[in-house]
Amino acid sequence: MKIVIINYGAGNIQSIMFAIERLGFKAVLSNNPEEIKAADKVIFPGVGEASYAMRMLQESGLETLIPTLKQPVLGICLGMQLMCNKSEEGNTKGLGIFDVDVIKFTPKVKVPQMGWNQIYNLKSPLFEGINENEYMYLVHSFYAPLCAETIATTNYEVEYASALQKDNFYGTQFHPEKSGDIGEQILANFLKLND
Amino acid sequence: MLTKRIIPCLDIKNGRTVKGVNFVDLRDAGDPVELAKIYSDEGADELVFLDISATEERRKTLVDLVRKVASTINIPFTVGGGISSVTDVEVLLQNGADKVSINSSAVKNPQLINDLAQKFGSQCVVVAIDAKQIDGQWIVHLVGGKVPTELNLFDWAKEVEQRGAGEILFTSMDNDGTKNGFANEALAKLSELVNIPIIASGGAGNIQHFVDTFLEGKADAALAASVFHFKEIEIKTLKKELKNNNIEVRI
Repeated sequence: MKIVIINYGAGNIQSIMFAIERLGFKAVLSNNPEEIKAADKVIFPGVGEASYAMRMLQESGLETLIPTLKQPVLGICLGMQLMCNKSEEGNTKGLGIFDVDVIKFTPKVKVPQMGWNQIYNLKSPLFEGINENEYMYLVHSFYAPLCAETIATTNYEVEYASALQKDNFYGTQFHPEKSGDIGEQILANFLKLND
Repeated sequence: MLTKRIIPCLDIKNGRTVKGVNFVDLRDAGDPVELAKIYSDEGADELVFLDISATEERRKTLVDLVRKVASTINIPFTVGGGISSVTDVEVLLQNGADKVSINSSAVKNPQLINDLAQKFGSQCVVVAIDAKQIDGQWIVHLVGGKVPTELNLFDWAKEVEQRGAGEILFTSMDNDGTKNGFANEALAKLSELVNIPIIASGGAGNIQHFVDTFLEGKADAALAASVFHFKEIEIKTLKKELKNNNIEVRI
């Protein structure tokens, strides 16, 4: 199986590489459109600021490529947020895969949300064998509100979408690669899709 | 609900774990990667590695360690100690660290906080603040608490938040190494003052101290070293007790 992690200069990619290795697979880093298109699984990481990351995607031409991909694609954290319509962070448009706008938590809660919180109302093959209310590691100041594409819910100030799915596109606000053994199982589920 | 976090801190010197009692008189407490794995398996929510070595080889040794830890454990970890530039941070993040903690370098060059937050995002910028009370004022100290600055803890905390820090790690030098509990009054004041998470550090001696720092100190996370390294407190037992006290934890 060929796993490609999209390399567009954003994010802590090494942790995802190591997590995939722990699951017994190898991933390659690439920003080459042909290589990305040919992969069996694509991981779209992202940590950092949304408008800056979006600019990097535009400059590399990945902005137009990603929404056309046919294999399972997993956006993680900012990667998931960039797959939405737009983000309040840096007032940037997104890739428009998920039909929802990313907004910021209010100062009623500490921002960023940092730490372990529960995921529930799980509905996707991504969560096969995963119990309701497991804890995942999250670090974020912006979030996707609940919408038709929500496949996991988390509560911080409000109930929001901690995972999204549309067709072959998956997104998790949490970091499966940093969420202990349960997180690794979710990553393993993603790598098993279509097998 | 978002849980309170328990964070073992591993002080690292030349690739080995040490723990200072009041920041002097170091004792060896084992191999950092092995310890990291044990803590992760026992239910630690995060780990902090604080590099206190001062040799020229330090950066390379630290990077090797970061890679080993990141390839072994599947929970987040922070690296601190001697980080003074955007390049230092880039190397650590590229090798698998999730966050970095800066202390003296932030006091000397506060712009570094802005630069790091802009380049890597606030979520990976932890500003560590060591402070102790002098004539009733909490004064920020540098170099492991040896050198007083002109800065007041609360003013500095507010400033680092405004500059883009994602989290504050507050160590009370008055409490550190005493095992008499955390500086809960100052912690609660910090937690009210800023809107980013606060990690309590310095003074953990028993389980009740953790209960107190979450309830009275309003801390978002609690960090400790020797009570974990020398198995005076088991993380599993600690978390069970926290839960018994209606404190939300990941079990």
